[in-house]
Amino acid sequence: MYDKNKIVVGLVIFVAIVTFPFWYNLGKASSAPEPKLSEKAKAAKECVVPKKDMKQEHMQILDLWRDTVVRDANRIYKTGKGKTFNMSLSTGEDSCMGCHENKAEFCDKCHNYASVDPYCWDCHIAPKEKKPEENK
Amino acid sequence: MGNSRRSFLKVAGITALGIGTKPVLDVFASSGGHGAEPKPEVSQNEEALTAKKWGMVIDTRKFHSAEDLDPIIEACHKIHNVPELTEPKHEIMWLWGDEYKHVFTHKEHELINDRIKHLPFLVLCNHCEKPACVRACPTKATFKRDDGIVLMDFHRCIGCRFCMAACPYGSRSFNFRDPRPFIKEENKDFPTRMKGVVEKCNFCAERLAVGKMPACVEASNGAITVGDLDDPESEVRELLRSNYTIRRKPDLGAGPSVYYIV
Repeated sequence: MYDKNKIVVGLVIFVAIVTFPFWYNLGKASSAPEPKLSEKAKAAKECVVPKKDMKQEHMQILDLWRDTVVRDANRIYKTGKGKTFNMSLSTGEDSCMGCHENKAEFCDKCHNYASVDPYCWDCHIAPKEKKPEENK
Repeated sequence: MGNSRRSFLKVAGITALGIGTKPVLDVFASSGGHGAEPKPEVSQNEEALTAKKWGMVIDTRKFHSAEDLDPIIEACHKIHNVPELTEPKHEIMWLWGDEYKHVFTHKEHELINDRIKHLPFLVLCNHCEKPACVRACPTKATFKRDDGIVLMDFHRCIGCRFCMAACPYGSRSFNFRDPRPFIKEENKDFPTRMKGVVEKCNFCAERLAVGKMPACVEASNGAITVGDLDDPESEVRELLRSNYTIRRKPDLGAGPSVYYIV
């Protein structure tokens, strides 16, 4: 091979530059955020469906609830275990935000991480944050 | 070795069968009756006020000037987070007052008596029997409920304003700008709207659902009555039986559900 030294050095530099972002950020990956539950939510233990399903399907549930409430005027949700909820995002004690009182700690944490920007709060009024310094 | 190809194939076959049946058995196990929770149910509030066909009767004899209407309009607008925009083209109104000649355009004449001429009439969405707005809406954001209330699903409104063009009563308003800064006091139990959405009176559907009368009825000291037009025993039917009432532009065939005692 002609110019063996130059080629090897060049290759090493090339590989180093190409892989730079990978080894530069090694070990710095931010961990997936864990939404912080309010005391009330912790005490209730389970939401309308088990936690795993809630994580995956809360958006579909909210969408379904919206249609059920607005179109069919059904506002009460009774789970299989017999617990009842007010099918509302932000109205009253047994609505979503009635229990998950802190939007910044509960909703925004994951939504910001996943870079999703739901437009709920363009219209719905979020509950007052109790710790203003935690707002972004 | 004692293992023949024959015995190896036997064992392999039985193993494969065993692995193959497990998912099937799992499905049967999970779908079966024992220990399964009852399905979740949705329902109305027990105390919800219901009717076959909601209607309203407004006794205009109990109003004398615009000041009489103000507290009623304020009650409605406050509860529903209606912004106060002074620019006439941007104004948002669910409930407001207007003169006879504008409200009852087809009945107006210049020699009409003085009381009627200067009396302010409360106007709002008429919750028509055949609502033109519902037919015009391309996204089904506005729809007629089985109980006669013409409602809006603000989530679905794309702001095309076809409904505003279709409504013969001018009952709808469009949010040309973000309404939030113009709401004096937010009622956190009712959402606001956003820029680019049409809004109108919702017959206080959210109040009926929890057993409360519409806000205007509560604030009117008995001048406004709502009830079931399909129930001959209801209060509204009694008022319609015993008083002469008119509706706005009935000749258009929309079938408004708001009646005025004059």
